[in-house]
Amino acid sequence: MTDALTDALTLRQLTKTYDNGHQALKGIDLTVAPGDFFALLGPNGAGKSTTIGIVSSLVNKTSGYVDIFGYDMDKDMVRAKCQLGVVPQEVNFNQFEKVEDVVITQAGYYGIAGREARIRSEKFLKQLGLWDKRDVQSRMLSGGMKRRLMIARALIHQPRLLILDEPTAGVDIELRRSLWEFIREINEQGTTVILTTHYLEEAEQMCRNIAIINEGEIVENTSMKELLRKLDRETFYLDVRQPLPLAMNESARFAGYQVTRLDEHTLEVEVQKQQGLNGLFRQLNDYQVDVVSMRNKANRLEELFVGMTRR
Amino acid sequence: MGFQQNWIAFCTIYIKEVRRFLRIWPQTLLPPAITMTLYFVIFGHVIGSRIGQMAGFDYMTFVVPGLVMMSVVTNSYSNVSSSFYSNKFQKSIEELLVSPVPNWIILLGFVMGGVTRGLMTAFIVILLSLFFVDFQVFDIVATIAAVLLTAVMFALGGFINALFAKSFDDISIIPTFVLTPLTYLGGVFYSVSVLPEFWQGVSQINPILYQVNAFRYGMLGYSGVVDLTLAFSIMTAAVVALFGISLRLLNKGWGLRS
Repeated sequence: MTDALTDALTLRQLTKTYDNGHQALKGIDLTVAPGDFFALLGPNGAGKSTTIGIVSSLVNKTSGYVDIFGYDMDKDMVRAKCQLGVVPQEVNFNQFEKVEDVVITQAGYYGIAGREARIRSEKFLKQLGLWDKRDVQSRMLSGGMKRRLMIARALIHQPRLLILDEPTAGVDIELRRSLWEFIREINEQGTTVILTTHYLEEAEQMCRNIAIINEGEIVENTSMKELLRKLDRETFYLDVRQPLPLAMNESARFAGYQVTRLDEHTLEVEVQKQQGLNGLFRQLNDYQVDVVSMRNKANRLEELFVGMTRR
Repeated sequence: MGFQQNWIAFCTIYIKEVRRFLRIWPQTLLPPAITMTLYFVIFGHVIGSRIGQMAGFDYMTFVVPGLVMMSVVTNSYSNVSSSFYSNKFQKSIEELLVSPVPNWIILLGFVMGGVTRGLMTAFIVILLSLFFVDFQVFDIVATIAAVLLTAVMFALGGFINALFAKSFDDISIIPTFVLTPLTYLGGVFYSVSVLPEFWQGVSQINPILYQVNAFRYGMLGYSGVVDLTLAFSIMTAAVVALFGISLRLLNKGWGLRS
């Protein structure tokens, strides 16, 4: 049975060894709470796609346990599948079908037919800005529209868990933002969202919890806040108004800070977590350096991610 | 899923399949119509008039049931093999694999799509044959049973072919190198009884011989050397066996899941 407190996804000791002997998953344990916005990150070949493939029944697991909202994938596959919507990375609909037919056909696979399927199709196609294209052959859609169509298709049976595999890869910035806005709304309405993305900045902004997978193992599984807390230093760029003197290209002049002059208007500063920035600004003031703007060198999550997957 | 959901899922797959082959009718329904008309004109009318009678029938009348079955075999088979393989190739089969549709419903949907195309081409060929011959159906039950069992059997064969296929070439090998020779040697154009005894024996291991002659019996009342009970038993057993094999492969995810 399932209730409001049942975990959205539970993986226990999940392993996968492919026919060629490659061990893609080495016993993964993972739990995603209901209503969560969860990021699954990892470098290429880490096991993300295999994990998602097993959960969505596209890959046979070697051993282990998969449970979606309390329904065991082995014993109660039909109910488990009904809880799940999947948006794959690659286009996987029949591109010769019309846009609306793609969505209505998927509804039929879930036992939703006729008027109800059409009502839902209209709702999701309108929400995703595809209603005007409903009679167009889906191969005529742009890359971004195809991705939105796959989201509409994944939502047609109103799943409680939505998995998005690199949903914004190759999508322009404006569309990416509107997609995230839409997915955030879906999450706020109660749908649990799991996503993989290589836009780590997005994962940092959107997701509450995160797991990092590397070489078939979970190397980190915690809240986004907790993970970012582990970051012990950050690097900033400072843009300054007046040209910087060449002499400033010496870190030793700034007590406690690693400072590098990149060009006559830019400084790179490495700040330890416990240091704070006041001391640096005091010293810059002494040099009469007027800072006009400041930005992170790299996404913080990216720094952590690179560190973890290089261990 | 309950009965109603399964029924909706089946109808969705089936209607999608039928719409597919109707949409591309110049590739699916027109070619058998043209090919069979040519067969009627050349083999039946031009050459057949010189052959005279075969098993007591005008050659044209004799050859019609065989040509109908030839269409059913090739169309049932190729509809399922090409459609299911295209779904694999485009990855749109993932829509079904992710969904809760039971495997037996998936199998039934694709097979019935192939059966429908087989029966539709059979109907077209029979209609065309009426321009050349005038006959009445001898046994409607045997006719329908033979054509249905044949269509189901070869649709299942096409499904298994598609599961194993890794390229579009793989779905044309069996029709070209197995089905066509077996059909031509299965008594479509001649009565096996005109062959020497040894070749009559060899012909008996050709499953299409039983289907062609069972259908010929239904239409003309003539089954040649084939025992009808044996013919229908073989067809039924083949359908049951192929359905079991297809379902087992599908449950294992053969050719579909890594």
